[in-house]
Amino acid sequence: MKAVSFQIYKGETFGLVGESGSGKTTIGRAIIRINEASGGQILFRGKRIDGRIEAALDRELIQGIQMIFQDPLSSLNERAKVDYIVSEGLYQTKPGLSGAQRLSIVEKALLEVGLLPEFASRFPHEFSGGQRQRIGIARSLVMEPELIIADEPISALDVSIRAQVLNLLSRLQKEKGLTYLFIAHDLSVVRFISDRIAVINRGELVELADSEELFTRPLHPYTRALLSAIPIPDPIQERNKEILIYDPSCHDYSKEKPAWREAMRGHWVLANGQEVDSYLKLAPIPATEQT
Amino acid sequence: MNSTTVLEVRDLVVKFRLRGRVLTAIRGASLELYEGEALAIVGESGSGKSVFTKTFIGMLDQNGWVDSGSIDFEGRDLTRQRTEGEWMGLRGRKIAMVFQDPMTSLNPLVPVGRQIGEVLTLHKGMTKDQARSAVVELLDRVGIPEPASRSRQLPHEYSGGMRQRAVIAMAIAAGPRILICDEPTTALDVTIQAQILKLVKALQKDFGFTTIYITHDLGVVANVADRVAVMYAGKIVETGTAEEIFYDARHPYTWALLSSLPQLGVKGQNLYSIAGTPPNLFNEIKGDAFAPRNPRAQKIDFEYEPPMFEVSPTHHAATWLLDPRSPKVDPPPAIQAMRARYQGRAS
Repeated sequence: MKAVSFQIYKGETFGLVGESGSGKTTIGRAIIRINEASGGQILFRGKRIDGRIEAALDRELIQGIQMIFQDPLSSLNERAKVDYIVSEGLYQTKPGLSGAQRLSIVEKALLEVGLLPEFASRFPHEFSGGQRQRIGIARSLVMEPELIIADEPISALDVSIRAQVLNLLSRLQKEKGLTYLFIAHDLSVVRFISDRIAVINRGELVELADSEELFTRPLHPYTRALLSAIPIPDPIQERNKEILIYDPSCHDYSKEKPAWREAMRGHWVLANGQEVDSYLKLAPIPATEQT
Repeated sequence: MNSTTVLEVRDLVVKFRLRGRVLTAIRGASLELYEGEALAIVGESGSGKSVFTKTFIGMLDQNGWVDSGSIDFEGRDLTRQRTEGEWMGLRGRKIAMVFQDPMTSLNPLVPVGRQIGEVLTLHKGMTKDQARSAVVELLDRVGIPEPASRSRQLPHEYSGGMRQRAVIAMAIAAGPRILICDEPTTALDVTIQAQILKLVKALQKDFGFTTIYITHDLGVVANVADRVAVMYAGKIVETGTAEEIFYDARHPYTWALLSSLPQLGVKGQNLYSIAGTPPNLFNEIKGDAFAPRNPRAQKIDFEYEPPMFEVSPTHHAATWLLDPRSPKVDPPPAIQAMRARYQGRAS
């Protein structure tokens, strides 16, 4: 991971897109303090949350930032029942709850993610991968967080279930004013759900823009290659599309080093001055060829 | 398209015994596979798409069995094969399979080249020396750089995409007639996925095998498939050419699958989603299995199971909507938009 800077605004969905090994997961994990940042600052509600922090802030963060993990199998305690997995955080934040109250919160959360309330008494291994992921979402919901870091939350779900979960995430966002950091490799999903998208490659942000802007006017060659590779559910278009391949050696940085530049309003790209000029001359992608 | 049938499945029923109860995973599925085509079987998890194809190579789990139906391949009924010996002459040699996770097909302790070589010594009767050079050629063919030194490496020294290439090399080593790819690119990055799909298509052209893709990703289907079979709750509910399925789908489940794609959604609006969950296959299913989740379902859908209706000689769907007595039901907006776009392009 190299030096990466971005802001996430309250109430927005910020999409972070990259391939495996790009460092997108590491960013999410640094924010929720699973991996420590070795340099730089992470601020939440204006307060620094990296490095050593006070116990009170620590508690605030545990409640305020929740994460939905990528692997639904390894992120659930296989020896605990769903009931306990989902409500575990409540033992910390709301220790006064009675067993019945906790169970009713759990059942409500399970219903919200499309599971049956009676699943509360089962173990994770009794569920399909998709259902397990929904248990993970329920677990973060019961904490009533402000920021949810969703790391590939739907890549393990079935197509029809994905739509349910995406709708659920949007509904929750509207109802509770949630902010999402949505980390994914599937650009079409990220486009649908995100207000802004940042593209990361090998530990560096290469581009950041409003999501529609990014899709109609990708500037960085890596972004263009990534967009061209998305499978389109339309046979004629899909068979005739041209796949661009990103060659990292296409940049000539011998004279001028690349920097994080605002090529257009709100549209940032990692490039040197000469590259920005040439990128801006590229034709936008016509709507008919978009994914 | 060539219309010689390579494999024909008729009314296949597969059951599993699970915790003392019997689950019907495949509820009478029929399918024809034509020589040289690429067929995609689409369905959600639990629809039975993997179980269905596993019966072609006798790889059902211990607690599962083919209850009735037939699978005709080269004049044999595969459902009558019992001994492992009979399967050995077929599995890997005539019908090969590529799985989602390459590590499940690779032994982590054996060099990749030797694992592929085993296929050649076993099925093609090559000597170890012959196999060694054939393996290098195969690895080269599937796009692995420096194949000679790479063949001596262990699987963990390969990247995910390269491992999948190696597994593909292993699957085609014996020159199978049918290659089954079960979610071959689900674990890979999009840019790698595009390369792997391109590779399989090129190999299919060179080697002339027939491919079955099992996937839930309709983008992948659009890329690779000549024909598509849509599976739901252990049945094939619609089959047709890729164009017929994507631009002129008839089954409400196919509509729902396509409409729920984020690519077809309108931002800020709710994505079309299918309510509920697939039926419990432990229970007997009455009528159309999709009816309880289908907002357009009619009374008859809950009562009687729909037969396969013919839309065109290549396009069939099991829905009462195709019965002449059925009221006219319009497909959801996303499907209509897709059809309009197609017709716009055609004219």
